[in-house]
Amino acid sequence: MNDQQAVQDHLRQLVGSNDVVLFMKGTTQFPQCGFSAQVGQIMQLIGIEPTQVNVLDDMGVREGIKEFSNWPTIPQLYVKGEFVGGCDIIREMYEQGELQDMLDEKGVTRAKTALA
Amino acid sequence: MSLENEIRTKLMIALEPTRLDVVNESELHAGHRSSPGTGESHFRLIVVSPRFTGVSRVGRHRLINEALAEELKGRLHALAVHAHAPDEPITQ
Repeated sequence: MNDQQAVQDHLRQLVGSNDVVLFMKGTTQFPQCGFSAQVGQIMQLIGIEPTQVNVLDDMGVREGIKEFSNWPTIPQLYVKGEFVGGCDIIREMYEQGELQDMLDEKGVTRAKTALA
Repeated sequence: MSLENEIRTKLMIALEPTRLDVVNESELHAGHRSSPGTGESHFRLIVVSPRFTGVSRVGRHRLINEALAEELKGRLHALAVHAHAPDEPITQ
């Protein structure tokens, strides 16, 4: 995707129509970056299967998401259309139980097999 | 100026921290795909600043990202951030 406006519209549609969207390098199965891998693991631990967007597949999305979120790095997590943060923030929230609480409060379904 | 010193200088000016650790972790990431391999690409920051009091996690990171906007567009490939107000415990 090249047209910048089209990318921004696509991203808005994507985060607006999926409960949990994870922009990452690689996939949760085959992450291509340690920070993306960490967030993928946390998702698994708390029983969330996010909609995954591998930014390495699309240069337009890779640059566009930075502009969209006003956030310069990957990974990035969105819940119910709202930007939550990158790796450090997700990890801190997870360790303090805030991530799980936030997801439950927003009514996002978590797998019953969740470990945390 | 080394990137480490550049980061330090910009954060000192922007955030007037009471503690600022700038740790170069580039070696840990040297081999991975898309890593620039420059030896100064990945850094970890511990920043304690009164400017963070009452500011959300995302807001704190944004203050740091803004201060380092130029570096993040260029040589700085990845940044791990621990941002705390002076009365908070430090997590790593």
